[in-house]
Amino acid sequence: MIRGDRIFGSVMIVVALGYILSARGIQTSFMSDPVGPRIFPYMIATVIILSALVMVLRPDPDQDWPAGPMVAQLGLALVVLVAYAYAITPLGFLIPTAIASGILSWQIGGHPMRAALSGLGLSVGLFVLFRVILGLGLKGLPAGMGF
Amino acid sequence: MDTLANLAMGFSIAITPFTLMLAVIGCFVGTIIGALPGLGPSNGVALLIPISFSMGLDAISALVLLTSVYYGAMYGGRISSILLNIPGDEPAMMTTLDGYPMARQGMAAEALVVSGVASFVGALLATIGLMIFAPYLARVAYQFGPAEYFALYVLAFCTLGGIGSSNQAKAAMAAAIGLGIAMIGMDKTTGMPRFTFGELHLMDGVDFLVAIVGLFAVAEVFHFIESHGKDSAIGVKLGKILVPWRMLRQTSGAMLRGTGIGFVAGVLPGAGASLGSFLAYMAEKSVAKDKHSFGKGNPKGVAAPEAGNNAAAGGALVPMLTLGVPGSGTTAVLLALLLTLNITPGPLLFTERPEVVWSLIASLLIANVVLLLMNVPMVKVFVKILSVPAWVLLPGVTMIAFVGIYSLTGSSFDMLMMVGFGVLGYVMRKLDMPTVPVILGILLGNAMEDNLRRAMVLSNGDWWYLLSSPIAVGLWIAAILGFVAPIFLRRLLKKPALPATDPTLNED
Repeated sequence: MIRGDRIFGSVMIVVALGYILSARGIQTSFMSDPVGPRIFPYMIATVIILSALVMVLRPDPDQDWPAGPMVAQLGLALVVLVAYAYAITPLGFLIPTAIASGILSWQIGGHPMRAALSGLGLSVGLFVLFRVILGLGLKGLPAGMGF
Repeated sequence: MDTLANLAMGFSIAITPFTLMLAVIGCFVGTIIGALPGLGPSNGVALLIPISFSMGLDAISALVLLTSVYYGAMYGGRISSILLNIPGDEPAMMTTLDGYPMARQGMAAEALVVSGVASFVGALLATIGLMIFAPYLARVAYQFGPAEYFALYVLAFCTLGGIGSSNQAKAAMAAAIGLGIAMIGMDKTTGMPRFTFGELHLMDGVDFLVAIVGLFAVAEVFHFIESHGKDSAIGVKLGKILVPWRMLRQTSGAMLRGTGIGFVAGVLPGAGASLGSFLAYMAEKSVAKDKHSFGKGNPKGVAAPEAGNNAAAGGALVPMLTLGVPGSGTTAVLLALLLTLNITPGPLLFTERPEVVWSLIASLLIANVVLLLMNVPMVKVFVKILSVPAWVLLPGVTMIAFVGIYSLTGSSFDMLMMVGFGVLGYVMRKLDMPTVPVILGILLGNAMEDNLRRAMVLSNGDWWYLLSSPIAVGLWIAAILGFVAPIFLRRLLKKPALPATDPTLNED
């Protein structure tokens, strides 16, 4: 049985080795100090490798990992969040927020209609809160469409 | 007398209509944040930092607002503990043990009043303790050189990992991940880029606010999608609120003992409010004559952990302000706030910017009085708000997180990084790894390396210099003990079973 701790530990060992490799390439200038910019990263990587070894050799009992449809749900949430990060600058606040929070609301609570309404409500409500009450510089709609 | 003069100065800055209004708003928002399951003091304050920053508040106003939120969240956590058997945040977990049984026996109002007063006593006495001890510790901290500071940072990570988590290796891993992330960016001494891979956005390093909001708030969304928000609030009934004077008198001893224990637990780096409320509850149970009624609705079992939890919140500010080493997740977030405002905590803060320290303390005292008024007569308002369903709350929180980071940096790159931290937070929570050490690592990483390198410059590369003073040796011993001892103590300090509805906990 492969456990989450083992996988995470192994991945972190690889990451730490990469970290050391990358640290070896850090350039020092003539005005350096006795320690230099590489030693501390080496120390960190050592701690990571040691604790990763413990995790690989003595893993805790595994948690319930999501399976099947739930992985798809979490993946969808991730896609929504990433898309939102790209969309907010060109499309303004209102439209992406309504869509993103509507989808998240549906994922948490079900009921498509209710989720769509709460997405719309959150989008308008938060816009009023941030733009009108708190005075943050948010753009409401895509460029050239007002607000 | 010095203390009183300073305090008067603090009040003269803090008592303006505008700051008072901020304190009231902060307390109100904070209580809501604390009461809502899934939103704790750490992510509440983390969400509000970027927003208060983009609103252009000055340093003192922002401090007043966010410390009111911090104290408010500590008060608010008890409301859902008592009414729903779901702790609003982790320190409020112990309150469920006797608070929920009291509510089921029709004494919800009494439990809310007793716990509200206990919170007030704990927080007020802890703030007074902060006034007395912090200047003293600041004087001691003057003797700290780079070697001592390096040892102190090690101590903070060790105790946080040792006491706060169930697996030392995982805590050490989390701290190292945080430190590793802190190394990204320009090296201050040599001016050379490290781990940026040519990405210009990474030259300034990873913004700790991005990491905090991602790890605390965005990770929560993934968790709620998986659990389908089954922890959301259900019908709440609450009768008339009357002040049960007799019960308050009976529990006054429990409140005072809880306060003392909680304050000490808060001052210890890495221990924090959860440990404070836990120890306060266990101590109260062991001295009480009516032991068997604990867990069945004993008011003392409500008063002691609430006093302990709020006293620890105040106590945790002592090492944060005087040494720049936070005692818990939430104080780590407050440290992030101070750094964002360009205020460096440490012994110098008390001599160079006394107005910041004392107006902060004054605003804590103000916040306490406001919170007592809000949480005893007005508790019904918060009970209403508790019924906001998770499918509105969580999307809202996510959007607030995005808006905060977006208005702070305006770049998609930072928002993507925030989502990445959200995924990391989700995975770490699945693996039962604490996320607070990651935050602490990102916050303290550069200062830690700086002190190590300065120590080596002083000693010309002799590593034994790190152990050259008695203070440093003492700190190293404490660090090792703090990391190793819990392995043996864990059996003795076994936590009591969680309440039946397994709640969504927040890292304190």
